[in-house]
Amino acid sequence: MLKPAEDRGGPAQPLLTVRNLVKHFPVRGGVLGRTTAVVQAVDGVDFDVAKGETLGIVGESGCGKSTTARLLIRLIEPDAGEVLFDGQALGEVDGGLTLSELRRQTQMVFQDSFASLNPRLTIEDTIAFGPKVHGLADKDARARARDLLGKVGLNPDLFGRRYPHELSGGQRQRVNIARALALAPRLVLLDESVSALDKSVEAQVLNLLQDLKAEFGLTYVFISHDLNVVRYMSDRVMVMYLGRVAEIGPVEELYANPRHPYTRALLSAMPSMDPDRRTQEAPIAGDPPNPINPPSGCRFHTRCPFAEDVCGKAVPALTATKADPAHRVACHMIDAASGHSKAGSLA
Amino acid sequence: MTAAPAANAQTQTAPATASRGYWAGVGRRLVRNRLAMVCLAILVLIVLAAIFAPYIAPHDPYRGSMIRRLRPIGTDGYPLGTDELGRDMLTRLIYGGRLSLFIGIVPVLNAFVIGTALGVVAGFVGGKVNMAIMRTIDVFYAFPSVLLAIAISGALGAGIFNSIISLTVVFIPPIARVAESVTTQVRNLDFVDAARASGAGSFTIIRVHVLGNVMGPVFVYATSLVSVSMILAAGLSFLGLGVKPPEPEWGLMLNTLRTAIYSQPYVAALPGAMIFAVSICFNLFSDALRSAMDVKV
Repeated sequence: MLKPAEDRGGPAQPLLTVRNLVKHFPVRGGVLGRTTAVVQAVDGVDFDVAKGETLGIVGESGCGKSTTARLLIRLIEPDAGEVLFDGQALGEVDGGLTLSELRRQTQMVFQDSFASLNPRLTIEDTIAFGPKVHGLADKDARARARDLLGKVGLNPDLFGRRYPHELSGGQRQRVNIARALALAPRLVLLDESVSALDKSVEAQVLNLLQDLKAEFGLTYVFISHDLNVVRYMSDRVMVMYLGRVAEIGPVEELYANPRHPYTRALLSAMPSMDPDRRTQEAPIAGDPPNPINPPSGCRFHTRCPFAEDVCGKAVPALTATKADPAHRVACHMIDAASGHSKAGSLA
Repeated sequence: MTAAPAANAQTQTAPATASRGYWAGVGRRLVRNRLAMVCLAILVLIVLAAIFAPYIAPHDPYRGSMIRRLRPIGTDGYPLGTDELGRDMLTRLIYGGRLSLFIGIVPVLNAFVIGTALGVVAGFVGGKVNMAIMRTIDVFYAFPSVLLAIAISGALGAGIFNSIISLTVVFIPPIARVAESVTTQVRNLDFVDAARASGAGSFTIIRVHVLGNVMGPVFVYATSLVSVSMILAAGLSFLGLGVKPPEPEWGLMLNTLRTAIYSQPYVAALPGAMIFAVSICFNLFSDALRSAMDVKV
């Protein structure tokens, strides 16, 4: 039977340590396939994920959320940067983590519940595939698949022999969750996993995810563009803009006191259930700039109402706020020495 | 199981109908298509007749008689007349199905195996491997298929075996191209990424997740090539590059009977009618198979 891997560094060591992660996609064109441009999908991202927590990642389409998730599970290779899993780097040399072991401990649930299930395989075969790859006998893998179907709220006798097209979107996403849990991972990447579902089904699946997290002691990286859902699910939230981290902090602190102008605009765009809490900030205009030629300096300066000369020249570092050292913001208005006229005003 | 997922379980209902595999659904839709079933019946009839030719054919396919040459259709004892050497046409048409079907189906089967393998590898690996395989295949595309078949058969010499080789070479490029394009689509679906994230190697992913999704469309395409193969093979025989006389084969019979087209036009047209019947049945059947498989579930 597959068991979760042993904890190595103790509870204080982050499960995931990401330092300066970079992924640029070349855009090839011309007759000889020369690189004509580079999409800077992820450009120097730093964050930690503590054991047992849920880190929410929010941002607009194309800001690098999904690329970050795919880099963490190595579906794509990073150009630069370091990813430590429980203190271990990936590598075949001694002390390193093998790719196969990394992928057993990290699993992913995709957004498109239909495209992520093979239409020619039964639900049971789909879930049993991973355990079989990792050496479980067919009988044991099937037993595990049926067990997990029960855990995600699908009766294995009713659903085990079915094909994906016979299931509803919510049921398929439950199957995807069961497939991700089949290898007894410690980290589960949820890439817009509930975004395509109806609101009522979405709520059921979110509660299921919370239950499973408690039962199996999982750690989540929860990617979504839905700010309400992220707030409900996450312990900490990371806001990304054009491949960089704009702001990261504990969920209540970040939602109550957003510092980065982008986060503030994003949160004010969130529909409120309370008519007395009207939108305060002006909404940000236009689309995000093209990541092929991202703006210099702070990438948000082309849309930022507080932008000054310094914003187009220097890249702001992630700086902790005075109120909460865990709350870090990449904005020149935080850093007192940045030269911005409002420097230090947000700290 | 904890209490909460159990509560969730009550809300999950399974579809009422019994679960059917994808292929069961395809078969059901195919059976409902009357035209496809008629075509299938004709094909089965011709195949069975070819297999059991010695038991059902009224005469010897090789023995003729100079005094019975070119009898018309409906002659006593020779329901479909006789050919230019006085051999029974019905017998030769029944026996002719053996060779004609053989060189219609075998090259396509060969090309199906080789072309699918090439296309799946090219599509799945991508990059330079794809470039190398697909551009090489494009070279064969530069020639019209009839010309290519004649050229290869001409170079290898006449004979059934050489005809099969040349037709196989002709059919590999189109099959490989279909397999490559389907594989490229499938490779980019999330379930392939999910399989890779499960730690599976490329070979396992191709075997479990890619082939099952690629074989169907490629198979449909290949069935439509059977009729092309039969016509090309008939053409090769007609030109003297395929089957040699006195073997009964529809293309060759069409060739030798062309001299009798003014004296016995109906008898001379019979082998052509057989080729037409079989190829149109194959085409209609593969069309029906395509639409039966196309249904979005």
